[in-house]
Parts: sequence; structure tokens; C-alpha cells
Amino acid sequence: MSIDIDEVKKIAKLACLNVDEADIQSYATNLSNILDLVAQMNAVDTTGVTPMSHPFDVVQRLREDVVTDFNRREDFMALAPETEDGLYLVPKVLE
Amino acid sequence: MSYDSNWEVVIGLEIHCQLATKSKIFSGSSTAYGAEPNTQANAVDLALPGVLPVFNKEALRLAVKFGLAVDAEIGMRSVFDRKNYFYPDSPKAYQITQMDHPIVGVGHMDIELENGETKRIGITRAHLEEDAGKSMHGAYHGMTGIDLNRAGTPLIEIVSEPDMSSAKEAVAYMRKIHSLVRYIEISDGNMQEGSFRCDANVSVRPVGQKELGTRAELKNINSFRFVEKAINIEIERQIDVIEDGGKVVQETRLYDADKNETRSMRSTEEANDYRYFPDPDLLPVVIDEAYVDALRKELPELPEQKKQRYIKEFELSSYDADVITSSRELADYFETVNAKCGDAKLAANWVTGELAARLNKEEIEITDSKVDAGAYAGLLLRIKDNTISGKIAKDVFEAMWQGEGSADEVIESKGLKQITDSSAIEAMVDEVIVNNPTQFEELKSGKDKMMGFFVGQVMKASAGKANPGQVNQLMQKKLKG
Amino acid sequence: MSNYHTKSVTELSAMLQAGEVSSVELTQYFLDRIKNNDDKLNSFITVCEEQALAQAAESDEKLKAGNAPLLTGVPIAHKDIFCTDGVKTSCASKMLDNFVSPYDATVVTNMRAAGVVMLGKTNMDEFAMGSSNETSFYGGVKNPWDTLTVPGGSSGGSAAAVAARLAPAATGTDTGGSIRQPAALCGLTGLKPTYGRVSRYGMIAFASSLDQAGTFTQTAEDSALMLNVMSGLDEKDSTSVDKEVPDYTTNLNQDLKGLKIGLPKEYFDEGLNADVAKVVEAAIAEYKKMGAEIVDISLPNSHLSVPAYYVIAPAECSSNLSRFDGVRFGYRCDDPKDLEDMYKRSRGEGFGEEVKRRIMIGAYVLSAGYYDAYYLKAQKIRRLISDDFKAAFEKVDVIMGPTAPDVAFKIGEKSDDPISMYLSDIYTIAVNLAGLPGMSVPAGFVNGLPVGLQITGNYFKESQLLNVAHQYQKNTDWHRAIPEDFS
Repeated sequence: MSIDIDEVKKIAKLACLNVDEADIQSYATNLSNILDLVAQMNAVDTTGVTPMSHPFDVVQRLREDVVTDFNRREDFMALAPETEDGLYLVPKVLE
Repeated sequence: MSYDSNWEVVIGLEIHCQLATKSKIFSGSSTAYGAEPNTQANAVDLALPGVLPVFNKEALRLAVKFGLAVDAEIGMRSVFDRKNYFYPDSPKAYQITQMDHPIVGVGHMDIELENGETKRIGITRAHLEEDAGKSMHGAYHGMTGIDLNRAGTPLIEIVSEPDMSSAKEAVAYMRKIHSLVRYIEISDGNMQEGSFRCDANVSVRPVGQKELGTRAELKNINSFRFVEKAINIEIERQIDVIEDGGKVVQETRLYDADKNETRSMRSTEEANDYRYFPDPDLLPVVIDEAYVDALRKELPELPEQKKQRYIKEFELSSYDADVITSSRELADYFETVNAKCGDAKLAANWVTGELAARLNKEEIEITDSKVDAGAYAGLLLRIKDNTISGKIAKDVFEAMWQGEGSADEVIESKGLKQITDSSAIEAMVDEVIVNNPTQFEELKSGKDKMMGFFVGQVMKASAGKANPGQVNQLMQKKLKG
Repeated sequence: MSNYHTKSVTELSAMLQAGEVSSVELTQYFLDRIKNNDDKLNSFITVCEEQALAQAAESDEKLKAGNAPLLTGVPIAHKDIFCTDGVKTSCASKMLDNFVSPYDATVVTNMRAAGVVMLGKTNMDEFAMGSSNETSFYGGVKNPWDTLTVPGGSSGGSAAAVAARLAPAATGTDTGGSIRQPAALCGLTGLKPTYGRVSRYGMIAFASSLDQAGTFTQTAEDSALMLNVMSGLDEKDSTSVDKEVPDYTTNLNQDLKGLKIGLPKEYFDEGLNADVAKVVEAAIAEYKKMGAEIVDISLPNSHLSVPAYYVIAPAECSSNLSRFDGVRFGYRCDDPKDLEDMYKRSRGEGFGEEVKRRIMIGAYVLSAGYYDAYYLKAQKIRRLISDDFKAAFEKVDVIMGPTAPDVAFKIGEKSDDPISMYLSDIYTIAVNLAGLPGMSVPAGFVNGLPVGLQITGNYFKESQLLNVAHQYQKNTDWHRAIPEDFS
């Protein structure tokens, strides 16, 4: 499986990552190599095998519907790059 | 609608309904509406590094209740998935939702058509998910402000089959679902606060064409009126496009209520690839029959069951029964009135008539009525025992609405009690006859419609307090006399 | 001249309890060691001198009052992946260079409640993605046994710090070998508990279904003490397991007669350095002497663990790391021209190359049209790998083999070749896919560099696992070795 430059650009866009033009080829090569490694899986017939998304066959625990957390806006907002009037600010969406 | 009958319309709705929990679906923050921005967003809601979701028991209970109320299959093992997309109101850049294994499967909801028929609308599924935050565009020197209080609020998304063929049907379906979620108390259904809103998938095709037309999705419509308008305007637009030789594009469109138009949301148009996969931070939600049975027993009488009972037990018309059962609060009101006044038809007439009109005019809900059910029954009792006429009753109701007291107090203080003393009425009748000799001659000579004139004059003279039936009888007597 | 750094946690704890040393003295001693030695290693990102001494003073009060828990006053280091309230928590990324966590991870809370003192936060591969510690934004960490070589990764800072005795013990996390492999390369006892045994809350997620917190210590006995404090159900982590936490120290003196040790033939294949193989074989011979029985087994799908892992881990990480978007915390690029530009540049500039590579692989394998071929396929392979272990544990009590195919490699040797780097974890990854508990125990040296023996146990059999390691350590002293420059 090989990934070309256009695909790298597509994936980078999907993942919201800026990749320098100069690095794209090396990403393409490395990603292709990784997918080649991964392709070893295809040698095994997995028909009828149940996918495993978690080590145990356990079920979700449920939380009581209780409000346990209260306003810590000041602490949290101190971490943010830009805020005003209790809001997180972001550049506007380009229409 | 102005489009001609050569076109067939296909509509499906996705209704987002906020579940009435105290805390969020995956965190211990409050869901109370109207707090200062970002004061109800904890570390989990803000998606700080390292935090994890834990599922709210009550959200599960409410979602299952909904499933039972629409006679749906219940997902005994449901799974949370991640829907990945970047947007500032989505702090994790993925939404936790349910894709392949929703909590509620196939169900249905019946709606009343205008011609009195019933139509069954299929419900494909309803799944649990978290709401996003709110963006305030452009307010801060050109930047967008983000409030994440709403992020993580529990929702069920109720997805219908494309079974509706007009905007009216879509609204009827949405109203039914709205009424239901309030009946079973899983949501406050508050549309102003965004607790109940819908996306509409709309397409058109020439009558006779088998395959569906290309659909457009109208996003985030939060009132019944707008749903109807938005769908109708979109239908017209699509027909225009096709009739002009164009093609409808599959896209998301936004309804602009001010301009009454829908427009394409270009920013979301690029093919979204949400990369759904099971959320590894959460485990399958497994419930058993005993859990479901217990919830089934908890369900109140549902609107449809109540309606059938009213028709059978109180002999109400299907229309009246439908109106009264359209909300649980209205039905409760009616039942209280009926129990106190002992006349179901009278109660139904007055609840769907005078009261409903008043609520409508003031744009308030039955729960905010200025005349409570007990007081309203007091008024109807006075009609029933002939203390006042129906006409006077409307004036009494007005006074009661203005806070002037109970029906009896208003009748007493305004002296509105019907005059039943026949000698007093006879005196008024005599006086009217004496004052209108010409008209009386005409009446006697067979001009029957003059009877109305005389009854009216007497009623006027009595300030409406005479019993119109009694006046009529006395007039007949005078004629024969 | 005191030599506290040669003491194990168990020994230091006894001295503290006996009042032979105060926590403040001990803490100051290790802070000084860090100050005097870490420029050679770069094992710490943040040293918390003031907080550590304050915590130590508190612990001394508790010790004086009596009945203080065993670890009271013992100073340790936390991997910089654990959120620590009021202390920078960077995950060794530029993305979080300015992030001071507003809350404590559950592991940190538990340690603190037990009176443990935090010396600082250790270096690591960026977001725990790496096997050599070379992907850190703060520069690589050097192996105390030979500073031209890597300490392994991703928990390389914790491993180097404990190996150089700059801290008596440290926490780490293990997603595909990130505790066991650096423990092997640095000559330490590394423990990765069963998935779900220790809460993941506050541990910055790499791959949620694989991540598990554990420890770097000098001895298995120390690991048991630490695990006692770290483990247990956490209501804040849906995947933490509701299973009673035994006292892991009480089972440490069982003899190994009749213990069945499985040796998977796949772990002794041509990829294994022959000298490393000899060391591992010698360790196994030692177990035989102790009365254990050796059983040849097969884990037929183990060669697929690296391929399956490099689908599952990137898929989960691509989604887990989406929250780093420059909006609520962390790095934001300068002068973004619009929202998309802000996202792309903040993430493009904030993440290092390996992290970006994995995010992209993850986005790719989950994208429309590829999900079944990659993600679903990998999950099915994961089942097969897990079933191999289940079958093996029908026959044996523990599984042994090498932790890593080779000793510590040279800095820079593999950094340009992701695939060869990924293969450093070839023997450890399967254990994460299955969710089993595993350890690496020092078993000898090749060319002056440590070799680790990997011991894998059945689910929640940490007690047995620790005993198996402890018995070996009673009969050997590889775990006592200290690199010359730091002795």
C-alpha cells in the first residue's frame, strides 16, 4: 500500500495538521512503509473473528445523576491562549 | 403550498431532544440553563488532557423510556462511538454518539392528517449523544467567542424514516414527539432554550418516479413555525432548480427566518469524513429485561391511549380529544375541570374553546394559565346551573383572567347573576313591547325574524342577565296573548 | 557520607518509619543528586524543589504522629504524562510546554494520599510515542549505562532517573512496552499491571484501550509497595476495573516449585540478538534451579502484534490528540488568519514529527473506505493474539522471554527509520493488545549494557508475577547494579 503526496495532503487536512511542503515526500515514504508493515495482517483469514476493542468483556459502569463539579472558570481560563468576558476566543470561521 | 401536484415531497426529521438530567451525560457539571458562560464546564467538558467520560445513569433511563413510548426495540447492548470533526464548540474535536448500536431501534409514531386520517411515521432509531457548546460569532473584535456550558448536555437524536410528504405532516410529527417527551417527562421540550430542535431532510421527485430525489439537510430549526416555513421554502427552491433544468445538490442548508430563505452552509460542505469508531474510553452499555420492564411500568398513560379513553369514556370528538391530549398538562387541566364540574362535554368545549384561544393569544402554556383548573371548573358550574349564560361566562372568564377573583366573586361583585324571576323579566318584555309598537305589529303579522330583535332588546335591557330561553317563552306568550 | 541512593524504596521506607532519616533529608538528598547529575542525562523536565520539600515536611509530621502509611516520606518521580495540579505537565510536547495542570491524575492523588513525595516530572517521548526517548520536545534522554545510547522509551526519563538513582522509584506508562522496554535497557524492574488495574484518569491518553500506568523500581518488592498504593477502582475512569486490590507484598515469599513457565518459540527467533538470548536463557536456567518447570509454547499470531498495534494505537491517538487545537489550553500559533489556519498551524507547529506521523496513520485507517480493511481487521487480529495468550495460560502460569530484541542502541541509530524503531517493541506489544500484566527484570549484561527478562502473567495475577520476579531477585543481584558514573 503506498500513499502519494496528494494523499498525504488529504490526510493532513483531515487531521488538521499543517505539513511543510518540503516534508511531504518523507511523510509519504514513511506512511507508505508503515502501511506495508501493517499489510502483514492481510495474510491471516479473520472471517468470523469478533473484533476486540477492549481487553475485557466488561460493561459500562453508570454514574449517579448528581452535580459534583462547580464553577472553576478562572482556573481553567488561565490556561487558554485568548479569552474575553468568560469566553474562549477563536479566529472566525472563514466562510 | 403553491407547487403543483406533479411533485412528490419526501421528508425525514432528525429531532434533537435534551434529556432532563441534573448533570451532564459524561461529567458532573450542571445542565441548568442560563448560567454565566463557561461556569458549568468542568475539566471533562473542556476536554483537558487526561480526563475521561463516565456515563450518567439517568440519561440511560430517560432514553429507554422514550424507546418504550414509541414502541421501539430497545438496544440491550448499546455502544458509544466517536464522531471526529474539528469545530471550536466541540472541545474534544469528537462527539460521543452512538452509531451502529443505538439505545433505541425501530419504532413508530402516528400522526393525524388534516382529512382526519391517521398516518404512521416510522422511527428508524434514537441514540444517545452529547451536545456541543455555543459559538458567538463576530462579537469580539471580529473573533468568535465560545461558551462550553452546553457541551456535554445529554441528548437523544430521534431519526425518522422519510415518511412525511408535506411540511404540515412534518410539523404534526414533530409536535407529537414534542408532546410525548413531555408526557413521559424525559425532557422539558423547551424550544427557546434549544432543548428541542430538528434537522429536516427534504427532497422532491416527479410523481411516479421511484428513486428518491437528492436531499438537502436543513439544520437546527427550533420552532414549529420555522419547520413548516423552512421546509416549504426548500421544496419550492428544489422544484425551481429542477424545473430550470438544474440539479439539487446534496448539502447542508441553513434556514434564515428573517429572509425566509434557506442557504447553503459552504463551510461544512467539504465531504466530511467523521471516522467513526467505538470510543475506547467507554464500555458497552448493557441492560436486562428486568430493567426495561421496570421502566415500562413507570410509563404514564401515553397521549394516544389517553385520547382513545376520552373518546370512549367522555364521548369527546376525535378532534377535541386530540387537542386536549396534545400536552400532558392540558389533559391534566381538562381532567381536573371535568372532575369538578361533572360535564365532560362542557369541560372539553370550554378548554378547547375560550381557554385555548386565550393561551394562544397570550402565547403562554397551560401551566402559566392565569385561571387554574379548579377556578375554571367553578365558572363552568355556574353555566351548568344556569346562574349565568354562556355569553356572560366569557365576561366572567375575562375578569377572572385579570385577577378579579373566583367565578362566584366576579358574578357577585358585578351582579351578573342571571335573572330567573319571571315577573321581573315579564316586566321588561312588556316595556320593550310598549316602546316598539311598530315592530310588535310586524311580529304579530308573521315576520318571525322580529323575534330575534325583541329577545335582543330584552337581553340588552337586562344587561345580559335574563335567560334568553325564558325571554323567548314569554314573548311567545305575549304573541298568543 | 550517606548513600541513600543505593537503597531500595523498601529500605528507605523502613528507615523513615524507624526515624533514621527524615523525609526532608531524603528529599533534599535526591534533589541534590538530580541537580548534580541530570545535566548528563536530561531525565527530568521539571524538578519541584519547593513543593517536594513542603510535601516532605508534611510527611515528616505524619511519620512523627505514628501509624503513617509505609510509603510516607519516600520521594519518587512522575512521568510527565501524569497531570499534576499546579505543576507543568507537558507530555514532552511543545503543544503543552505552557500547560500547568489544574488537577491531579488519580495515580498522583493516590501517591500523595500515601504520603509519597514528588521530586519532579520526568522526560519521555512526546505523548509517549517512541521507543528511545528521542521524540521529546525537551531533547533526548541518555542511558546512564552509556550516555551515547538511548534509555528506551517512551518512559525513558523515569528509567534513566531511577537507573542513575536520581530517584528511588518512578512512575511510567506502558502502551506498547513503554515501561518494560526502558526498564530492560536501563537495568530496572519495570511493572505494567493488567489493563484497568490502575486508573487512567489524568494520565494524558495516547491509546486508550492499551495505556496502563506502572512503575520503575530497583526491586520487585518495591513494585509491590507502589502497586498497593496506585491500584484500584476509580469512579472517574469507566475502564478501571472493580476488583479488590490485594496487598501485593504478602505473596512475595512463595517458592517456585512446580511453577510452569511458558517459553514462546516466537520470542526466540532470528530477530533476537544472540548474546541477549544467552542472558535470557541463563535467567531461565536460574528459574529451573528454583524448581520451576519449563514448557515450550507457541503464540502463533505474535508476529502480527506490531502490525495490529500500528493500526489500533494510531487510530486511537489520532482521535485522542484532536483536543489539542489551540483553543482552551496549550500552544496556539502566532497570528492565525482564520480558524482553519489556527488549527492546522497550532497542531502542525505544536506536535513533533513522530506524533504527526501517527496521527496521520490513525486518520487514514479510520477514514471512509479503509475502516474495515485496517481498523476492523486489526481488532480481529487483536482477538487472535489475545486468544493465543488465553490458550497459553491454560498450560502455564507465566510466560518468559526477552523484553527487547537487543540492548540499548546508539542515539540517532533508529531515529530516521520509524519501522526499525517500532520493531524494538516486538516482544512487548502483544501483552498490551491482550491487556495482560507484564514485567521486565534485570537479568544480566551484554557489552556492559543491561538485558531484561520479560515475565508476563495472567489477568490480575500481579501478586504471582511479583513473587516470580522477587524469587529471582533473591537469588541474583543484577538488579543491584548501579552505573559506574552514578554509583
